[in-house]
Amino acid sequence: MRTTFKAGTVGLAIPLVAGAIACGGGGGVSEGGLGGMVTLDGSSTVFPISEAMAEEFQIANPGVRVTVGISGTGGGFKKFCGGETDISDASRPIKDSERELCAENGIVPIEVPVAWDGLTVVINPENDWAACMTVDELKRVWQPGSTVSRWSDVRDGWPDMEMKLYGPGTDSGTFDYFTDAIVGEEDASRPDYTASEDDNVLVVGVEGDQEALGYFGFAYYEENQERLNSVAIDNGLGCVSPTRETIESGEYAPLSRPMFIYLNSSALARPEVRAFVEFYLTNSSALVPEVGYVPLGGGRYDELLAGLPAAD
Amino acid sequence: MTAASFDPRREARHRRGRIFRWLCLSAVWFAGLTLVVLLVKVTADGVPWLSLDFIRNYPSRIPARAGIRSAILGTLWMMALTGAVSFPLGVGAAVYLEEYAPDNWLTRLLQTNIANLAGVPSIVYGILGLTVFVRVFALGRSVLAGALTLALLILPVVIIASREALRAVPPSLREASYGLGATRWQTIRYHVLPVALPGILTGTILSLSRAIGETAPLIMIGALTFIAFPPTSPLDPFTVLPIQIFNWTAKPQADFHSLAAAAIIVLLLILLAMNATAILLRNKYRQEL
Repeated sequence: MRTTFKAGTVGLAIPLVAGAIACGGGGGVSEGGLGGMVTLDGSSTVFPISEAMAEEFQIANPGVRVTVGISGTGGGFKKFCGGETDISDASRPIKDSERELCAENGIVPIEVPVAWDGLTVVINPENDWAACMTVDELKRVWQPGSTVSRWSDVRDGWPDMEMKLYGPGTDSGTFDYFTDAIVGEEDASRPDYTASEDDNVLVVGVEGDQEALGYFGFAYYEENQERLNSVAIDNGLGCVSPTRETIESGEYAPLSRPMFIYLNSSALARPEVRAFVEFYLTNSSALVPEVGYVPLGGGRYDELLAGLPAAD
Repeated sequence: MTAASFDPRREARHRRGRIFRWLCLSAVWFAGLTLVVLLVKVTADGVPWLSLDFIRNYPSRIPARAGIRSAILGTLWMMALTGAVSFPLGVGAAVYLEEYAPDNWLTRLLQTNIANLAGVPSIVYGILGLTVFVRVFALGRSVLAGALTLALLILPVVIIASREALRAVPPSLREASYGLGATRWQTIRYHVLPVALPGILTGTILSLSRAIGETAPLIMIGALTFIAFPPTSPLDPFTVLPIQIFNWTAKPQADFHSLAAAAIIVLLLILLAMNATAILLRNKYRQEL
């Protein structure tokens, strides 16, 4: 294997680790199988799904190299529309400005939904009053210029305790979607909350604070159910808690959101990219739940597979 | 002044001394304890996950299968290339500035700028690397683009450390060499550089130790997060240990947080090995003189 560096480069004697990995096989092109490279980049929310697909696909097709980056949905589209990547992970639909950028470079994006996520509003387990909130109440809490500072400001009868807010940072697709669905305008949010791009930080924050209210992706709630409670959302049709069933059926509204991959239509002509996309759609029902997301139901994956532009 | 009016205030002066000593000691304890707490936490979380498979396997969504093979190899490639680029450039610049450059405003301007560059946040180098190496030079998101970026990042520190080492060479050595008729090149080649080399090597390796922990500029230039093959040429895509660690700590499953701790232990071991190499090299060359 030609993996280790040339000896003699100054000061890089790292024999411990290098020795331990010098054995074992690398992935060469398998005989008769597919070769080449498939590059993905984009949303860190969609990353776990694409990572699982890349892992399994390479086990099945050892000749193909698949790479997945996390530049964020917007950063991913910049690379995708510049022709640097074949597939873009996105936690929101492509924007018009991004479509234009793609068009300038002659790239035609094909949108493929791959899973559902349910943005989950969470509270501390010791919070025994806010088991259900209406969309309007959440809007009054989160809209820009909100005057809500105590739980009693949200609903009469709730305790006169301070309300401490936790949420993702403004670069996150989760933030874009939540503000759009709850406040009614994308990126419109009160600024005075504890923001973190790392959802684990938000989990720890809400877990340790009885007065807390926060939101993040369903996978982080599901992993931490014994440390946090979710808030059921009342969208005018009664309280609905986020579960795999209510997210898939769309009953959990308006916070169920689809997640996408975008395909470069000309890259799709390459056999390895096409094989990867087909693998993606064929295995989503099995792999999507494994990484904490909700698969599309009702034979949607088969429809999407059939709807891919025909190979030349 | 009579002896009676002189108040030695011995008690008060000694008390002040004791307080100062105590303050200094608590500063040491604060730094030491913080480090110990971190190390204990990381070791407790990570050690159960350390195994040969952890080092041999590629990353995986299943914690028990996940490993850091691509990240370690990426890091080693990165360090080799970064060292290969920054060492000659850094030492060359330092030799010019110390041995050749006239002491005028231009030299002083250069020196000030180099010192300032050492304080520029690393993400700025990432933006520079993305624009220049990835896009203009069209190197793509390759190991080489990453290594050139990190080489720029540590270059100021390499230059400064090398200059310190060159300056520590006694002028009498140079004068003796000139006195015997040696040219400036001969003097630098056979007398100044050998004496300065231990210091230069130490400085370079310590700079590489900084580069090995860098995440932000590499994410900026587009180093990858999931990659299940090692780089085989400088133009291949790559990932490095800090990016793998960052990725695992951001996952919802607690097992991945432990995997991150295990990867941190490996990174620390590589760091220790590098610093030990610095010390060994320094001692070796010292004895030969």
